[in-house]
Amino acid sequence: MVRIALAQCAPALGALRRNVAMHQEWIAKARAAGAALVVFPELALTGYYLKDLAGEIACRSDGDELRPIVDASRDIDICTGFVERADDARLHIAQGYWSRGKLVHVHRKVYLPTYGIFDDGRYFGAGDRFEVFKSIVGPAGIAICEDLWHASVPYLYSATGATVVLSPADSPGRGVAEGGDLGTAESCRLMDRFYAQYLTLYVVFANRVGHEDGIAFWGGSEVVAPDGTVVARAPDFEEQLLVADIDPALVARERDRNPLIRDERPDIVLSTLARRRGMAD
Amino acid sequence: MISERIGAIRPDPKDLSPLRIDEALVRRMLVAFLREETAKSGHKRVVVAVSGGIDSAAVAALAAEAMGPKNVTALFMPYRTSHKDSTEHARLVAKTFDVALDEIDITPQVDAYFARDAYSARADHVDRIRRGNKMARERKSIEYDRSWPDGLVLGTSNKTELLLGYGTRYGDMACDLNPVGDLYKTQLRELAVLLGVPEVIVSKPPTADLWVGQTDEGELGFTYPQADLILYHLVDRRLRPADLIAAGFDASLVHGIRERVRRSHYKRVMPLIAKVSLRTVGHDFLYPRDWEAD
Repeated sequence: MVRIALAQCAPALGALRRNVAMHQEWIAKARAAGAALVVFPELALTGYYLKDLAGEIACRSDGDELRPIVDASRDIDICTGFVERADDARLHIAQGYWSRGKLVHVHRKVYLPTYGIFDDGRYFGAGDRFEVFKSIVGPAGIAICEDLWHASVPYLYSATGATVVLSPADSPGRGVAEGGDLGTAESCRLMDRFYAQYLTLYVVFANRVGHEDGIAFWGGSEVVAPDGTVVARAPDFEEQLLVADIDPALVARERDRNPLIRDERPDIVLSTLARRRGMAD
Repeated sequence: MISERIGAIRPDPKDLSPLRIDEALVRRMLVAFLREETAKSGHKRVVVAVSGGIDSAAVAALAAEAMGPKNVTALFMPYRTSHKDSTEHARLVAKTFDVALDEIDITPQVDAYFARDAYSARADHVDRIRRGNKMARERKSIEYDRSWPDGLVLGTSNKTELLLGYGTRYGDMACDLNPVGDLYKTQLRELAVLLGVPEVIVSKPPTADLWVGQTDEGELGFTYPQADLILYHLVDRRLRPADLIAAGFDASLVHGIRERVRRSHYKRVMPLIAKVSLRTVGHDFLYPRDWEAD
């Protein structure tokens, strides 16, 4: 069993130093709760609706601004989000994973929602890959918010060895029709459970709370196990450090019982797509 | 002739040249803007409050050129403390640009309101600000009344005022169309000269004239050329405060201006609507203002 913590927090918009200090507090709480890993939401170091602040608050993944995160990661793994200024000066919505005082992996959000209430594509460049890396809870892939809504993303992670999908999010709550859950919450919970159960892996969904420019992030962070059970779930709209235990042996048991991943045929996926796109006969 | 600029624009506290504009080109663009955007919303006239100052004089001139003087309703709305020259200068603007001027003294309505208010006995700074804001909003309510049923209200806030938040919400900042909101104060002065705003108005110190002896630069604590140049490099050129300070700009002035911009940003955006439904005015119910019938 590996204990993890999800920091369902409310970052300050455009205030990097304040958010670093806020991180240090949550990291201390996670450490005190015995967690080996703490996962923060998307852009937890900067806030989400940055607009033109994006370029001003950006830093390099090895930048001095992130030094306190590097230092704090000596005795607990940290996964959190920032605006990355790449070597070619592009801006990315990035989620880093730090372990033992080192940056181990950075995922750049690939799917930048630019519709409805979202305008990511106006301010950010898109990432171009999904890579599995070694985390303290096993081989993992990171899917930032909208990334998870594309079924190919958790599929690719499962097909390339992941047993955990970490999904930091800044999901705005909307849809308040009577007789149901908050509309967005319903969709997210369905996704988490479906991916977890049918790709037989853990889904770790870390969503934020708080308001930005009239839009409320709804929280509801959760950990869903490969057997489809919700291991732990935070309340909607309130800050909480959610603690959950991840059991790597459960992945093995579920995959023994239900060997979907073992029997998966990525070669057929590949050849079908290649044919369809005129790259093969 | 096509001219090109050779050499990079470098921030320099002594170099005001980056603020220079092609006034003739700006005049053409703003006249066309007023004409088209008024017509597109189905209106025929424009209303402009003339204070006797340079900004409203320039807007009155643009309006007269765009709409024809007969379609411009100019309003002069003094309060008992307004500078005596203001009346003379407002009349001079009306005469220069051939527009009819309606004069409405707002003293009775402003004083009637504060006479009911125990606060009004206080003569301190807070009272002065409240009274000034009330005057600005009183004037705007009259402009909107006079715009009915076929006119639009023109704004006269320049880019410097907008960025510094130097204005009253729903008072002088309120309008349907603002032709001069993307011109810094010093740029608007250049345009005013081209438009033929009388020299006596161009050369007097800018003031909101909300209390006796008030001047913009006295109240703000810096000059317009200083502020405009710093804002130009921060906003238009996207430089950071640290870049300007490294180039020799005064650090406390740069930080002070940048902080004013940040603190006043709420004044420059539409009111926040709490999003709860699937589609929300201002968030994801987004249509162009110039939404035309087919």
